[in-house]
Amino acid sequence: MSDATDKASEGQSFEQNLDQSAKEVAQFKVKNTSLLNRIQHLLHNNPTLVPVIVLVISLIAFGFIAGSKFFSAFNLSLILQQVSIIGILAAAQSLIIITAGIDLSVAAIMVLMSVVMGNLAVFMGVPSGLAILTGMAGGVGAGLMNGWFITKIKLPPFITTLGTWSIFYALLLWLSGAQSIRGQDIDANASFLKFFGQSFNIGGARITFSAILMVLVFVVLWYMLNKTAWGRHVYAIGDDKEAAEMSGIRTDRTLLSVYGLAGLVCAFAGWASIGRVGSISPQSFYEGNLDSITAVVIGGISLFGGRGSIMGALFGALIVGVFRSGLRLSGVDVLWQVFAIGWLIIIAVAIDQWIRRVSA
Amino acid sequence: MTNPVVKASGIVKRYGHVTAIDHSDFELYPGEILAVIGDNGAGKSSIVKAICGATIPDEGEILIEGKKVNFTSPIDARDMGIEIVYQNLALSPALSIADNMFTGREIRKEGFLGKFLRMLDKPAMETFAREKLTELGLMTVQSIKQPVETLSGGQRQGVAVARAAAFATKFIIMDEPTAALGVKESRKVLELMKDVKARGIPIILISHNMPHVFEVADRIHVHRLGKRLCTIDPKDYTMSDAVAFMTGAKEPPAEITA
Repeated sequence: MSDATDKASEGQSFEQNLDQSAKEVAQFKVKNTSLLNRIQHLLHNNPTLVPVIVLVISLIAFGFIAGSKFFSAFNLSLILQQVSIIGILAAAQSLIIITAGIDLSVAAIMVLMSVVMGNLAVFMGVPSGLAILTGMAGGVGAGLMNGWFITKIKLPPFITTLGTWSIFYALLLWLSGAQSIRGQDIDANASFLKFFGQSFNIGGARITFSAILMVLVFVVLWYMLNKTAWGRHVYAIGDDKEAAEMSGIRTDRTLLSVYGLAGLVCAFAGWASIGRVGSISPQSFYEGNLDSITAVVIGGISLFGGRGSIMGALFGALIVGVFRSGLRLSGVDVLWQVFAIGWLIIIAVAIDQWIRRVSA
Repeated sequence: MTNPVVKASGIVKRYGHVTAIDHSDFELYPGEILAVIGDNGAGKSSIVKAICGATIPDEGEILIEGKKVNFTSPIDARDMGIEIVYQNLALSPALSIADNMFTGREIRKEGFLGKFLRMLDKPAMETFAREKLTELGLMTVQSIKQPVETLSGGQRQGVAVARAAAFATKFIIMDEPTAALGVKESRKVLELMKDVKARGIPIILISHNMPHVFEVADRIHVHRLGKRLCTIDPKDYTMSDAVAFMTGAKEPPAEITA
């Protein structure tokens, strides 16, 4: 008896004819080779490509419109400097959004921790290093508090962080007495707090330490997300939390670590913001929460979780910076900057949806 | 008779006033495929969940290879070499086949990179995943790095089975593995099951598909009203007998009742 008939006799009677069924590999009518379709596939495999392309195009476009003032090394480094704080916040936000969450409290954690660091170092005579460490620990604590509500009390991230945004904001107003800590006081008592405000010049470009910190934060988080098991788990949770749980990931523990880490990154942003702003103001970065989400969304990270690269958020933050700078140098009213960013968000999400449909 | 791989006795699980498992027994022997059948709500999923730690029974005792176990989660069971193929497969669609095979037990690089930077050894994981898929005759996918969402239903099932087969040392539980598949894909999964059994790993199969159950099972555990009604040999009974027992249309003969 040949092998093939043997196999068939094992199966069910209604499967007897399976042997004679078509054997060739499925051939699909190749009608999907239009340029647009190929682009869609390419973007599906490389989600960061969209923000990179947009960034390059907008750089070239503003180079033409605004001329050499825009394309100078000084202006480009200025953009980097301007987006550094929001960029770091966007890195924290990306971590949360990849898990299919959202964090409305990132900027509140950041400002709260800068106030904690300032109060300790400037008014209470605590050594700067210790004050900064306390702020970092506070950032982790604030993040873990969000994470605890989300994983243990099972509250939705949106509601949780909407609540903690107010809580942290009220705390920072109370701790600061709604007063700024002046730059001169920081310089006199705790100049280390302004560490990230320092800069150096290379060929007309002024690189601040905060911009370097931003790039470092992105590189480290990119490594963690893509090269470690923890990172794969973060993506798996954002993709399908239940499936991740069933395939053996301790999802609550991983989520807690994500929120704690995001809090730490926010505290770093708080430290960097002291150098960037030059003082500690409780009113600063009030819109930082939404700005960070804007950068993440423009960077092609899906709000539904599990998709997109954290590097996208860096490009997203840079795109916002390039648009602001380019439009300003072109002499356009500030309101049109806001207008343009609004359209960028809508277009970014529309492109995300379009790319997703490729797999369906 | 050989010692059972799993021996559960007097398992009870109550949810409020509902008794999902009512003093049920359960045995799985080495090298066999044991099918668990029962009507909807009979509690066949509950008893299997109790064995793999997904639910914690209120009473009763579970012995695995003669040793008493108290699992508190499926992860405990997994650490002992018990693998589960869930009906929804528990795969992460956006991650690659290799990533999915290793979720929760990734391989890290040797030395400094792995120990301190915790870097994954992706080449090793990809090679292993490719080997396992090829062993089971599943290497029709284009690339081991391709996301699971680009695979067909049968291929996804194949990945889930390959994952279980690769890591199981005690036994595998399969929950309705052919429910969502076409005729050809079902055939493939049934062949996979026989293949896994031939390697000496016993399988617990939960299924509603009588032809599939009667084809692959060595014994059939019939669950009714929260407990084991009887265990039948598919060679001695017909499908209609089995359905009659599980729906209560017919009483099983006294010598096989549990």
